[in-house]
Amino acid sequence: MWISKRGFARRAVRCCAAAAMILTGSMVATVQAEEQAAAKAGEAAGKVEIGINEYEDTAKKRPVDKSVTRLGEKPEDKSTTDHAKLKELQGPFSSGPEVTKACLGCHNKAGHQFIKNKHWTWKYHNPKTGQDLGKSVLVNNFCTNAAGNEGMCAQCHAGYGMTDARTYDFKNEENIDCLVCHESTGTYYKLPPTPGNKACSVMFEGKKPIDYTKVAQSVTLPGRNNCGACHFYGGGGDNVKHGDLSSALFKPSKKIDVHMGEDGENFSCIICHVGEGHDWAGSRYAPLAKDTTKSKPGLPRQTATCESCHGVEPHPMSLMGIKLNDHTDRVACETCHVPEFATGGVATKIHWDWRTAGKLKNGEGYREEGYIQGNGEPRHTYKSIKGNFKYGENLKPIYKWFNGTEIYTTVHDKFDPTKPVEINHLEGSPDDPNSRIWPFKKMVTIQPYDKGNNTLVYMHLWGDDDDAFWGNYKFDRAIARGMKDFNLPYSGEFGFVETWSYWPIVHMVQPKENALSCQECHAREGRLKDLKGFYMPGRDRNEWIDRIGIFIVLATLLGVLGHGLLRILFSRGRSH
Amino acid sequence: MAVYKVKVFSRFERFWHWSQAALIFILLFSGFAIHGFFRPTGFENLVWTHVVAASALIVLWIFAIFWHLTTGNWRHYLPTTKGLFKVARYYAWGIFRGEDHPYKKRFWHKHNPLQALAYLGLKLFLFPVIWITGLAYLLYGFWSQGPITASSLEWVAVIHTLFAFLMAAFIIIHIYLLTTGHSFKEHVSPMLTGYDEVELTDAEKAYLEQDEPGRIIT
Repeated sequence: MWISKRGFARRAVRCCAAAAMILTGSMVATVQAEEQAAAKAGEAAGKVEIGINEYEDTAKKRPVDKSVTRLGEKPEDKSTTDHAKLKELQGPFSSGPEVTKACLGCHNKAGHQFIKNKHWTWKYHNPKTGQDLGKSVLVNNFCTNAAGNEGMCAQCHAGYGMTDARTYDFKNEENIDCLVCHESTGTYYKLPPTPGNKACSVMFEGKKPIDYTKVAQSVTLPGRNNCGACHFYGGGGDNVKHGDLSSALFKPSKKIDVHMGEDGENFSCIICHVGEGHDWAGSRYAPLAKDTTKSKPGLPRQTATCESCHGVEPHPMSLMGIKLNDHTDRVACETCHVPEFATGGVATKIHWDWRTAGKLKNGEGYREEGYIQGNGEPRHTYKSIKGNFKYGENLKPIYKWFNGTEIYTTVHDKFDPTKPVEINHLEGSPDDPNSRIWPFKKMVTIQPYDKGNNTLVYMHLWGDDDDAFWGNYKFDRAIARGMKDFNLPYSGEFGFVETWSYWPIVHMVQPKENALSCQECHAREGRLKDLKGFYMPGRDRNEWIDRIGIFIVLATLLGVLGHGLLRILFSRGRSH
Repeated sequence: MAVYKVKVFSRFERFWHWSQAALIFILLFSGFAIHGFFRPTGFENLVWTHVVAASALIVLWIFAIFWHLTTGNWRHYLPTTKGLFKVARYYAWGIFRGEDHPYKKRFWHKHNPLQALAYLGLKLFLFPVIWITGLAYLLYGFWSQGPITASSLEWVAVIHTLFAFLMAAFIIIHIYLLTTGHSFKEHVSPMLTGYDEVELTDAEKAYLEQDEPGRIIT
C-alpha cells in the first residue's frame, strides 16, 4: 500500500479528506461571493487559512472509551481469551493485512461473514424498493459521491487499499480491516488510500507510525471510539452529516445521551446495534420504523429499536402512562425522547452551498472559520474545495410520517430542477398503519446537476490529475470526468439544484425528565403543526363546529339577556 | 289540595346536583382549554384534569342512575304535554305581563312540564352523547386499529366539542331561569335546603305526616 510512503502523506490532505466515509465531492468554478451568512450562532473572527487541510476536521480526536459491551464493564475479566498472550499475535506485524491474516487464522469464518457486510461491500440492495444503494453508488448532498473518489472516501472503508470500488477485489478477505473496529488502544488510524492531487498536502506528517503488534494484541469488542472514528465524522467532519452522531458521544454524560453517558449505563454502540456473525441491526437504508415484535424475557434481541428493550408499552401504568403507551403505535419513541440534536457542543452542518466553491487566494485554496461551536472549537464556514456552510446546534428536528421505506434519487433518476430534489424521499402517511411520526434532521444543499438531463452527477473530486476538483477547482471537468468514468450520460452543461436529505434523529436520547411535554405538539403552533392529514387534539379543530358552537352560545346569551330586558321593561310599565 | 313546605330534594340529590355542577364547570373550562381557546397550563395538566373530572362525573352518574331507578324519582322526568303549552306561553308572554307561573309543584311532579322535558333531553341525549364521545376520545387507543383514523377521531372530537357548546348554552338558560321567579334566592334555596312549596293531596299529606314526618313542615 502506498500509505507506507511518506510522500503520500505529504500530499494527502491539504486537500481534502472527507473523512468520515462516504461522500465527497466538491467543486466549483463559478466563483460568486454568494450570500454567505455565517451560520446562526457563533460569529467567529472569520480567520482565513491558506491551504485546504481536512485532516483535523475528520480525524483528530478519538479518545478511547471503556464503554460497556455485552462482556460487561470489564471485558478483560469476562473474556475467555486474552489476545495479548496468543502466540499467533506476537508478531511482529508491519501492516494491517498481516494482522488480518493472523486474525483469520483462528476466526476462520469471520472473513466469510464480513465480506457480506455493508461496511465492506458499500452496496445495499433494497428488496422493498428494488433500488441498488450503498456508498459505492449513491449521490448525497454533502461531498456528493464516493463513487470514483474512493482514493479519499475509502479512508472509512473497513478494508485495505480500496482505491476504486469497480476494480477492488471484494473476495480477498485478507484485505479486511479488523483493527479499525476491534483495536482498543486508540493509536490505530487509517489514511486515504491514495494521495490525491498535488495541492493536497501533508496529512499525516509527523504522525506516529502504528505499532501493529500492540494494536493487534489489544483487540476486543468495538467501543464507541471504534464506530465513532468513522460514523461521528460522516460527511467530512465532526457531526457534519447525522446531527445526532458526534465526537460528543466519545465520552458523553447522561445529559447528552442517557444510554451512552459515562455517568450512567455507558453503553457501547453494539449494545443496541445487536447482531452476531458480523451482521448487525440498525440499517439506515431500510430502517425499522415500527417494531412490534414481542420478545419474551431473556430471548435475544434482533433489532436496534428502542422497543427491542423497552417494549411497546414502556410507560408506567398510570393515567398518563396509559395515554403515552397509546402513542407508541403512531409516534416513534425518539420523537419525544430526542427533543434536540447536535447537543453537547458539537455543531452539525445544516446548509451547504457548492456554488461558491473554487475561490482562491494567491492561486491557492483556503478556508474561513466563521462559527464557534458550543465546545469552543471553530468550524469552517467556507472552504475552496466545498463552498459555503451553515451550522446549527441544539436543533429541533423536523417531523415526518415514515414507514421505513426510503426512495433515493440516484444518479440515474430524472427530476424537476425547479423544485427541491429529495435525495431520500421518506414514504409514510397517517393513513398507513405502518407509519409513525419520526424526527429528522433536514439537510439543505445547493449542488451541481446535469442541466441537460436533469439528473444528479458524480464529480471527480479526488485524484492526482487535471480533472479532480480538489486541486483544480473546475466543476465542468470534474463532472464530465466523474460521469464518464461510470459511463453515465452527461449533457455537458451543469447547473445547481437545491437538494434535501433527511437523517433520522435517534441518538442523543434524553433522560425521561427531558422528554417533550405534551404541549410541545398538542398546541395550535406546536412542533407538529405542519403534519397534515390527521386530527390531533389540541392542535386541530373544525372551524365550522367552532363557529356554530360559538354562535349557539352567543345566541343563547343574547336570548336570555333580551328576555330579561323585556321583563324589566314590562314590569316598569306595570308599576305605573 | 293545599300548599305545604315539603322536602323535595333529598340530601343525595342536592349533593349530586352541586357536585355535578362543579364538575361540569371544570370540564367546560379544561375542555375548551384543551381545544385551544386558551392555554392556562400545560396540555397534560388540562387533559389530566379533564379526565379525572369526567371519571368522577361518570361515577356520580352511576350512583345517580341507581338512585333514580331505586327511589322511583325517574317519574319526575316523565314527559307530558299536559300544561306544557301553558308554561311555554308563560315564558313567551305571561311573564312579561306579571302573570303567575301557571304550574304548581306537585309531590310526584316537582318539575313543570317544560322543565321536565328539558331535563329529560339533557339526561337522555346531551349527557349520553358527551359521555360516549368522551369515552371514545379517551379510549381512542383501544378502538382505533391501524391508521390514526383521520376521519373517525375527528368525528368523535367534533361531536364532543359541539355538545360541549350545547352544554354551555344549557347552563346559561338554566341559570337565567333561576331569575324568573319571585327572586333568584327563592329559586336556589330548594337546592340548598331541600325544601320547596308543593301542592299536596290529602292522601299525600296524610302519608307524609304519618310516614315521613321530617319531610313536611306544617
